[in-house]
Amino acid sequence: MKSTRLLKIVAALLILALPLWLRNEYMLHIAISIGIYIMLALSLNTIVGYAGQFALGHAAFYGIGSYVTALLLLNTDLSFWLVLPIAGLVTGLFGFILGSPVIRLRGDYLGIVTLGFGEIIRLIFVNWVDVTRGPMGLPGIRSPELFGYTFTSSADFYYLVLVLVAITVLVIYRVVHSGMGLSLLTVREDEVVAESIGIRPTKYKLIAFTMGALFAGVAGAFYATYISFISPDSFLYTDSVMILAMVVLGGMASVTGSILGAIVLVVTPELLRFASDYRMMLVGLAIVLMMVFKPQGFWGESRRKRNFYGKELADKPQKSAAAVSDSNSAT
Amino acid sequence: MLQIEGLSIHYGVIPAVKKLNIEVKQGEVVTLIGANGSGKTTTLRGISGITRAKEGKILFQGKDITKMEAHQIVAMGISQVPEGRGVFPDLKVIENLYMGAYLRRDKKQIQRDVEEVFHLFPRLEERKEQVAGTLSGGEQQMLAMGRALMSKPKLLLLDEPSMGLAPIIVKEIFKIVKRINEEGTTVLLVEQNANMALSVAHRGYVLETGEIVEQGTVTELQNNDKIRKIYLGIH
Repeated sequence: MKSTRLLKIVAALLILALPLWLRNEYMLHIAISIGIYIMLALSLNTIVGYAGQFALGHAAFYGIGSYVTALLLLNTDLSFWLVLPIAGLVTGLFGFILGSPVIRLRGDYLGIVTLGFGEIIRLIFVNWVDVTRGPMGLPGIRSPELFGYTFTSSADFYYLVLVLVAITVLVIYRVVHSGMGLSLLTVREDEVVAESIGIRPTKYKLIAFTMGALFAGVAGAFYATYISFISPDSFLYTDSVMILAMVVLGGMASVTGSILGAIVLVVTPELLRFASDYRMMLVGLAIVLMMVFKPQGFWGESRRKRNFYGKELADKPQKSAAAVSDSNSAT
Repeated sequence: MLQIEGLSIHYGVIPAVKKLNIEVKQGEVVTLIGANGSGKTTTLRGISGITRAKEGKILFQGKDITKMEAHQIVAMGISQVPEGRGVFPDLKVIENLYMGAYLRRDKKQIQRDVEEVFHLFPRLEERKEQVAGTLSGGEQQMLAMGRALMSKPKLLLLDEPSMGLAPIIVKEIFKIVKRINEEGTTVLLVEQNANMALSVAHRGYVLETGEIVEQGTVTELQNNDKIRKIYLGIH
């Protein structure tokens, strides 16, 4: 009990001080990538894992967030801190708009429609040359400024992404562990039964879509200002698949799972660089093996120990919900 | 309490139920019996708003609920126990029960009602922390019923509670149906197992290919030669 707590503090300090001991641009870039993908995997997990909607176009939301940010930063004087929430809200709106008509579809059909949506968005990025400059992309996106200090080094961006990830984790964790999260799960489990107890499945599916899109948009906004150049090539359907793989590999409907999935799938291809062209094959093989031997993922739902109504019914006092990961209610 | 007048429901062009007239009075157990595909489940789904009626009217406590959405109908006080194992398999027993009270806001009373459901189904209390998918068939049926009761329904719609269960469990379930009714809940029971259904009901309707062919009190039905032969297997 005490040692796990100590471990947590040490881990938190290591993460906080990462740029100090990891004085390597390449490593820091990977750490930042992990941060971006944690946000993407978590946001997709609310749609796929919790609401059970098989969506294959998450890169489109990521892209919309990026393009909104890039265009606003390039064409207006708005501060990044204002653009960031705007990008999130605009993307969330897109999630809502896409969700409204397709939400009545199920399973494979929804997958195909969202796949199509992803392609349409990408083609808009490519072909709407007047605004997006098409395949040439948008270069020279401003860095954020805070009280006259401009974010330039990787360490600056590392801390920014750390804050964004923390907010994402906190918000999504709170939502999925509330009554709303439970309602989402019922919709995933059995829509007819959910309806028979008075739940409106469409409402919850829309909430999941909107929230998922919103946080993907935030991730996109960060990506745009961090890389300072975006082009349609960054938001391909392979990226959607990669994000989905993180969710599935990490464990559906698990916050910790999505975080682990993102870390593993960002780090593994880097570790396998020695295998050059074969590395993605190896990653694929690893995923196949994982799904055969541990289909619930690294940290799937079976690990969910906390009862949604634990506080009201617990025989023994439960720990406070102060901790962020859902792994720690083991006592 | 519930009046169904001239209800027709179609799946595409195929009529599943034709011009049904059914009445359920306060405090009764009314059963709909019939073979596979006779339209029993469709009728229930029509009442609870999951399937839309093509023609006819459904009145609940004098109000027309034909065009209402499923969640509004639940709020009116009609709760359905779906066919088969209508539970959320990956949620815990206790979570399943609480979800039944989804539309209610009176936390304290909900708490007491959970205790009451446990009183009715002691086995559920033993398994409250278990994931519903790991329960036996009978226990899942009990959980589905308990969850339906959590919405404090005035009318409980039961869709084949005996389906796929061992005879001894079926008996137990029907005993509980009777008890639920005695405690003041009106029940509309859909069953293939006519024997069991007639043992707890006050009145019954017999459906064949979407139409009512017989109706009456339990004694009338039990003494009807045709029903004795076809549904009760007594010669």
